[in-house]
Amino acid sequence: MGWAIALHGGAGDIPRSMPPERREPREAALRHCLQIGIDAIKAGRSPLDVVELVVRELEDNPNFNAGKGSVLTSNGTVEMEACIMDGNTKNCGAVSGVATVKNAISLARLVMEKTPHIYLGFAGAEAFAREQGIETVDSSYFITPENIERLKQAKEANRVQIDFTQPIQKVDEDASLLKGDSQIGTVGCVAVDGKGNLAAATSTGGLVNKMVGRIGDTPIIGAGTYANSVCAVSATGKGEAIIRATVGRELAALMEYKGLSLNEAATHITNECTPKRTTGLVAVSAKGEVTMPFNTVGMFRACATEDGYTEVGIWQNEPCD
Amino acid sequence: MGGWAIAVHGGAGVDPNLPKERQDEAKQLLTRCLNLGITALRASLPAIDVVELVVRELETDPLFNSGRGSALTEKGTVEMEASIMDGPGRRCGAVSGITTVKNPISLARLVMEKSPHSYLAFSGAEEFAKQHGVEMVDNDYFITEDNLGMLKLAKEADSILFDYRIPTIGESCSSVVDNPPLQMNGLPISVYAPETVGCVVVDRQGQCAAATSTGGLMNKKMGRIGDSPLIGAGTYACDLCGVSCTGEGEAIIRGTLARDVAALMEYKGLGLQKAVDYVIEKRLDGGGKAGLIAVSSKGEVAYGFNSVGMFRGCATEDGFMEVGIWE
Repeated sequence: MGWAIALHGGAGDIPRSMPPERREPREAALRHCLQIGIDAIKAGRSPLDVVELVVRELEDNPNFNAGKGSVLTSNGTVEMEACIMDGNTKNCGAVSGVATVKNAISLARLVMEKTPHIYLGFAGAEAFAREQGIETVDSSYFITPENIERLKQAKEANRVQIDFTQPIQKVDEDASLLKGDSQIGTVGCVAVDGKGNLAAATSTGGLVNKMVGRIGDTPIIGAGTYANSVCAVSATGKGEAIIRATVGRELAALMEYKGLSLNEAATHITNECTPKRTTGLVAVSAKGEVTMPFNTVGMFRACATEDGYTEVGIWQNEPCD
Repeated sequence: MGGWAIAVHGGAGVDPNLPKERQDEAKQLLTRCLNLGITALRASLPAIDVVELVVRELETDPLFNSGRGSALTEKGTVEMEASIMDGPGRRCGAVSGITTVKNPISLARLVMEKSPHSYLAFSGAEEFAKQHGVEMVDNDYFITEDNLGMLKLAKEADSILFDYRIPTIGESCSSVVDNPPLQMNGLPISVYAPETVGCVVVDRQGQCAAATSTGGLMNKKMGRIGDSPLIGAGTYACDLCGVSCTGEGEAIIRGTLARDVAALMEYKGLGLQKAVDYVIEKRLDGGGKAGLIAVSSKGEVAYGFNSVGMFRGCATEDGFMEVGIWE
């Protein structure tokens, strides 16, 4: 037993050749966010508060695809999604189609705490944000020259999501990813305190060049985000594969119904339940274990446990520390 | 393989005082939909086609809360959602915030087959519908006289769903303190529209599919998304089974009810009916009321609910057929 925390900044085909000027700010951001989480948990904040706090920090960081730094839809707009879940009560809140809220994760928490519903989308979510007086910003806060360039590259590299009447083709992600842009990324955080209380939070801008109105795995309880009294999970990668495999709930079900350990269950998911190059996840158990497997080339990730273990990494077997 | 099997539902949570003629109408519709599905299965249509066909029929008939006859939002409009899942390959499609598509379930199927995504919502989903030439109608088409009356009653009976206070006991139904009525989704059951319609099918090849469609909650907040479009919550299908849920959406989402039926079969080795019973008993925490229908790849059919009644019907290839509302 003991506290543990893990966070991610997205999984995907992150090229190992990513230049240092692209890699280092992201590693620094992961370390910075990890430290914020560690400090909060040591200060006795609840895991629910900790995951919200850390994800807010990740949203505010333009290096990751959530909040500031969110990628653009095919129309050049921002449609963010986020989800938060408390393990003990299984209370949860989710939002989709958020365009002006600075921290979508905090709006998800308000849906959880201030409405009889779990999930609000689009105009209804925006109207709720205004009623609650949560901080909103002009869309230019999210739509940066970098994002516009990223969308342009995606449109040139790939016509699939512009003309979806055509058969699905292999998406050429390498072009823009060579620069280390987190095209299909997401951010997330899971935490457990010394008493075994768990929470999970995930936030994203979605896919570059996604169709307007597309909902991914992030806001879906049991897919991109899940927490109960056994474990807490935040997933990242190709949303459609994660939805199909109900990754979040799958991890908990493998532990509850099949008796697997956290690490066995998580590796089973990335090895057996999801196609190669689609899925990464971070998870903690009520016992204070932590795991961060992925079957993509890389995943921006960081974790720490009460016994002093910390890890910050991007690729397999190559922790940055 | 054990032959085909089919089950349909028209929502969980039924007013115990529902007039006899309304009960008869509901049973007739369920029987008609079952027969439609049975005919299609005998003609060797695959499970995924049969669930879509049957749910279209349920959407088109105004009796239940989906398509025409959908529950109304606080603004008096209709916002529908639906999802469909094919066991083989676990392909799936879902839509939310649909206001002009005549059959949301068919739009969900198009998302599954013709888009690179699994789930489209609101204006993006409507735009996608237009591009694919799906049949569209005015929002008025979905609104029935009955539902306008129900919305009025819901607004009078209940303040929960149109402001954001967390309900406290005794506050939500102060006009009827001496005899607090049964509730579903925070509404007195007499003004509650059972939340969904759904169909699950296994065909002769042992392939399972599931489809769910809904107008959502009467007097719901604009933009509210429930369990019906969420894969693993309201709808799920895989190699082992197909499941469609109905009832209090938030409890179904928290319990990932549909996925858990499959997980219990896959990881705990339970049979279909045992898995259904388990989720109804153990996975609906906090007193949540819900029901579900399910089929297995072996040709079994099962249902379960802890609400007062569920409109449902089921049939199997060996001649078994049942249509019911109460326990």
